[in-house]
Amino acid sequence: MEQTANDLIKNEIDNNEVCLFMKGTPDAPQCGFSMAVSNILKILDVNFKSVNVLENQSLREGIKVFSDWPTIPQLYVKQEFIGGCDIIKEMHENGELAKLLESKNINFKKKS
Amino acid sequence: MAMDLKEIEKLIKEALPDSSVKIEDLAGDGNHYSATIISSKFSGKSKIEQHKMVYNSLKGKMGNELHALAIKTKERNGTNS
Repeated sequence: MEQTANDLIKNEIDNNEVCLFMKGTPDAPQCGFSMAVSNILKILDVNFKSVNVLENQSLREGIKVFSDWPTIPQLYVKQEFIGGCDIIKEMHENGELAKLLESKNINFKKKS
Repeated sequence: MAMDLKEIEKLIKEALPDSSVKIEDLAGDGNHYSATIISSKFSGKSKIEQHKMVYNSLKGKMGNELHALAIKTKERNGTNS
């Protein structure tokens, strides 16, 4: 992996409590899986930083090496890799995502 | 690029011989699949580790030949399966 891509990724993860590497942006996602995770974070009203990997080819490849994970999107919370689309969807459905956010002191909208 | 359903199943079963694998072709285009994998090898592993085991079984095809594979993993716990 290029050092610059590695530094860029580390910088985003270190400086944003909730950081989503995705294809496109939350308002204009370029892939259904990225859209799904971004929508879940929106539903939960989580303040997150999104990084569009389509804007930078070395970032797009670099994040796969960095996380040892072959697909995008990828969600990081407080520097910890939480998972890709399948895992986040499952965690959202079974309430584990809310628990995780709570345990990491991330503000979000709880189900009323 | 597309990948055959049987090929995906074969690779997963090679890596996880005790597993039950159910694969669906979601769009009928040989390009968007979902796989449910039940294996005793998943016990004691985190979801991330479980999904990585499946990705590893596909030997680098994930993200290349294989564009979209939704993965669901379940532990097989001897008693009820």
